[in-house]
Amino acid sequence: MLDVATDPGADQGRITGETLLDLRNITLRFGGVEAIKNISFDIREGEIRAIIGPNGAGKSSMLNVISGFYVPQEGEVWFNGSRRPPMKPYEVARQGIARTFQNIALFQGMTVLDNVMTGRLNAMNAGTMSQALWFGKARREEVENREKVERVIDILEIQHIRKVPVGRLPYGLKKRVELARALAAEPHLLLLDEPMAGMNVEEKEDMSRFILDVNDELGTTIALIEHDMGVVMDLSDRVVVMDYGRKIGDGSPDEVRNNQEVIDAYLGVSHD
Amino acid sequence: MTETGVSIPALLAQNASRLATRHAYREKEFGIWQSWTWAEVAREVEDLALGLIDMGLVPGEHVVISGRNRPRLYMAMVAAQMAGAIPVPLYQDAAVEEIAYQLEHSGAVFAVVGDQEQVDKLIEASGEGAALRRIIYLDPRGLRKYDHTQLLSYAEAQEAGRMAADRLTIELKARLAALEPDSTCVMLYTSGTTGRPKGVVLSNRNVIETARASSEFDNLTTEEEVVAYLPMAWVGDFIFSIGQAYWTGFCVNCPESPDTLTQDLREIGPTYYFAPPRVFEGLLTSVLIRMEDAGRVKRWLFRTFMDHARKVGPALLDDKPIGFTDKLKYRLGHLLIYGPLKNTMGFSHIRVGYTAGEAIGPEIFDFYRGLGINLKQLYGQTEATVFITQQPDHEVRSDTVGVPSPGVELRMSDTGEVFYRSPGTFQCYYRNPDSTAETKDAEGWVATGDAGFIEPETGHLRIIDRAKDVGKLATGGLFAPKYVENKLKFFPNILEAVVFGAGRNRCMAFLNIDLTAVGNWAERNNVAYGSYQELSQNPQVLAMMREHVAAVNRDVARDEMLSGCQIHRFLVLHKQLDADDGELTRTQKVRRKVIGDKFEDLLGALYDGSEEVYTETEVTYEDGRKGQIKATLKIQDAELFTPNSNTRTAAE
Repeated sequence: MLDVATDPGADQGRITGETLLDLRNITLRFGGVEAIKNISFDIREGEIRAIIGPNGAGKSSMLNVISGFYVPQEGEVWFNGSRRPPMKPYEVARQGIARTFQNIALFQGMTVLDNVMTGRLNAMNAGTMSQALWFGKARREEVENREKVERVIDILEIQHIRKVPVGRLPYGLKKRVELARALAAEPHLLLLDEPMAGMNVEEKEDMSRFILDVNDELGTTIALIEHDMGVVMDLSDRVVVMDYGRKIGDGSPDEVRNNQEVIDAYLGVSHD
Repeated sequence: MTETGVSIPALLAQNASRLATRHAYREKEFGIWQSWTWAEVAREVEDLALGLIDMGLVPGEHVVISGRNRPRLYMAMVAAQMAGAIPVPLYQDAAVEEIAYQLEHSGAVFAVVGDQEQVDKLIEASGEGAALRRIIYLDPRGLRKYDHTQLLSYAEAQEAGRMAADRLTIELKARLAALEPDSTCVMLYTSGTTGRPKGVVLSNRNVIETARASSEFDNLTTEEEVVAYLPMAWVGDFIFSIGQAYWTGFCVNCPESPDTLTQDLREIGPTYYFAPPRVFEGLLTSVLIRMEDAGRVKRWLFRTFMDHARKVGPALLDDKPIGFTDKLKYRLGHLLIYGPLKNTMGFSHIRVGYTAGEAIGPEIFDFYRGLGINLKQLYGQTEATVFITQQPDHEVRSDTVGVPSPGVELRMSDTGEVFYRSPGTFQCYYRNPDSTAETKDAEGWVATGDAGFIEPETGHLRIIDRAKDVGKLATGGLFAPKYVENKLKFFPNILEAVVFGAGRNRCMAFLNIDLTAVGNWAERNNVAYGSYQELSQNPQVLAMMREHVAAVNRDVARDEMLSGCQIHRFLVLHKQLDADDGELTRTQKVRRKVIGDKFEDLLGALYDGSEEVYTETEVTYEDGRKGQIKATLKIQDAELFTPNSNTRTAAE
């Protein structure tokens, strides 16, 4: 008799590692508008952390702060135990943070393989000459990086479209390719901006499985913004809830679900 | 049989020394073809066999294998044999209940599977009191959090074997030496068009004798390349990818994933290839659809040269003399059309190609033969270790299944049923002496369940239908449903047809549209549709189906004996017949009785003269959930013809 079934509740509130990213009292202003108001939260090593909130709550701005695209006027970003000075997005990327975009940002005319290979750019530093002649170091590097890319292709099950130009793919697959490119950079922290927007149920199920696989197999820490509550509650270990630039909730999916302020923000209350 | 070739593991040992550095398996992984030489295979198999013994596998026990075609799963089968156990490959897409039955029936104690999906299914299927003790998996993805007390990876099992080598090698040698020609080689479950699947027990002699005879029949050598993509649980794959491969020592290539099969085929370019008619039909349909989208010049070139190919190609394959200009034009066609086309399909190097399982449409058959692909037919079944009859080179026709394979004797019963006796004749059905006795008599003659006859002038066998399906109409006429269904299915727009009429006075039919072909037609003709169901009931589609049925009726009416089998009324089903719903077997054969019972309301409406019928049908999704679809189906009257003439009689 076999008894190897997993405990279905094991994922909820599992113990994750040390703090990987710590956001302390972040405030971000655009002119007179305060997009983010004095928010603090942390992301732990190995967890899936969701950021949710109604439209205009400041979620994407938050992600852009993490990725270095916006520099907050106040507050500190601590990554890997040290305070991060203001830096350019490409410097942040080198530190091991990768992201996908709400609107697909792939090179439409290039093949899937080439698109995913661009995720390895930071790991290639052979000279222009050697790359042009595909000789020596450039060649070695390409082989090494291709191997890493192939592992990502294998995990995301996109072998069959390896050589297909991205422009010819359906939406759901493009999203998957974008995830592949972000993963190819072997990030410590992966930022996903609405990975399931516009997908049908089956595509969402697939994407959820891939996100879990990535988190599980590669140990990648993931921060994601998502509107589909079912997905968020199923996937994430902890959830931050934002509304009008403020943090109104933070905790496990169950805690957030039962938080009155969160319920009000989503269902709306009369402001009398 | 030679002294050393008494079992598959013995053949492996021979190959490991004789062909040590030649490739035995290739598999595309991470975008590159990874390969194993025969020597490496022997080492890997031995490690796993030792691991299995170490974990307590006892000779005579069963080991279940399940997953897509992968070299290490084939090796697992041989490892089980080496340890004295019996491999039982399962259909990887089988539902949990089917697996549960096969686990219970075989009493399997170990399982070697591909990935998490298979692990999940086996855990679910092995209920309280199941004999299954260990599951060994290949791909660890998603399995990290599982309780590993009874679960381990393939690599771990092999490692355990290496650790135990000092202790167990003598035991392994003893078990290997104990294998005899008559010991069981493999147990395969037949898909069973009726009732529970039966476990067919094949001996080493069955498998090796058949592999030897069939390899000699087609001069298979170590140079062959095959692509293994058909279910591992199917007897054909066992014979091609293990039997013949180990006998001749050729290389078996496994695709990267089912989705990449066409690309992988193209890269490998198999020399020896098997596919059921369905695959050839699907491929032809996709070629024709793409040609419709091509420019005018290309279309003209394609039509002109394909006409020429149909005229000259088969004759060329059969070495018949043809005119100089015809030959020249064929050469030109090869340069412009045939060569590139074969290349895209991955058929450039095919020396021997086979199709079997169902009848193949003459047009489809001629298309491939015309291209210069030596496509032949064979007739066989699990109980015969595949081969009963096959077509020799230069004697290929679409309406026969060939001459008896080497060593096979044929006999027709009074009722026209085909019986055979051969070295491949199975030992028994596992734990089912009644069925064994029903199928195989004391002298070793096996009933095929098919009705057919041998053409006196050529000695070729022709199959008419399943013997039990051939019945009588209430009018006394002969009823051969498969014969009519096959004619219907030869139309690219019709994917599946089910004909009813035994014991009734008229024949009726259910049809399934082919979504690829009809969908493409709809796109071309600006016919909008939201679902399969909507497209299937589109008035223009129904008109198209009426034409097809009329054409078949005209054809059927030519044969006086079968003219009663004309379709009087038919309907187009609102759902595709599916093995998950039990309507098809896992090898995609129609289960007429199941369908008749399930859609009793529809059948009733066909016979009682209604114009349309409302129905609700339960469907099973791939993940096992159930749903309902509702539809109102319009019933169509078909044009009828009087026998032996082309004048019409009015439809009722």
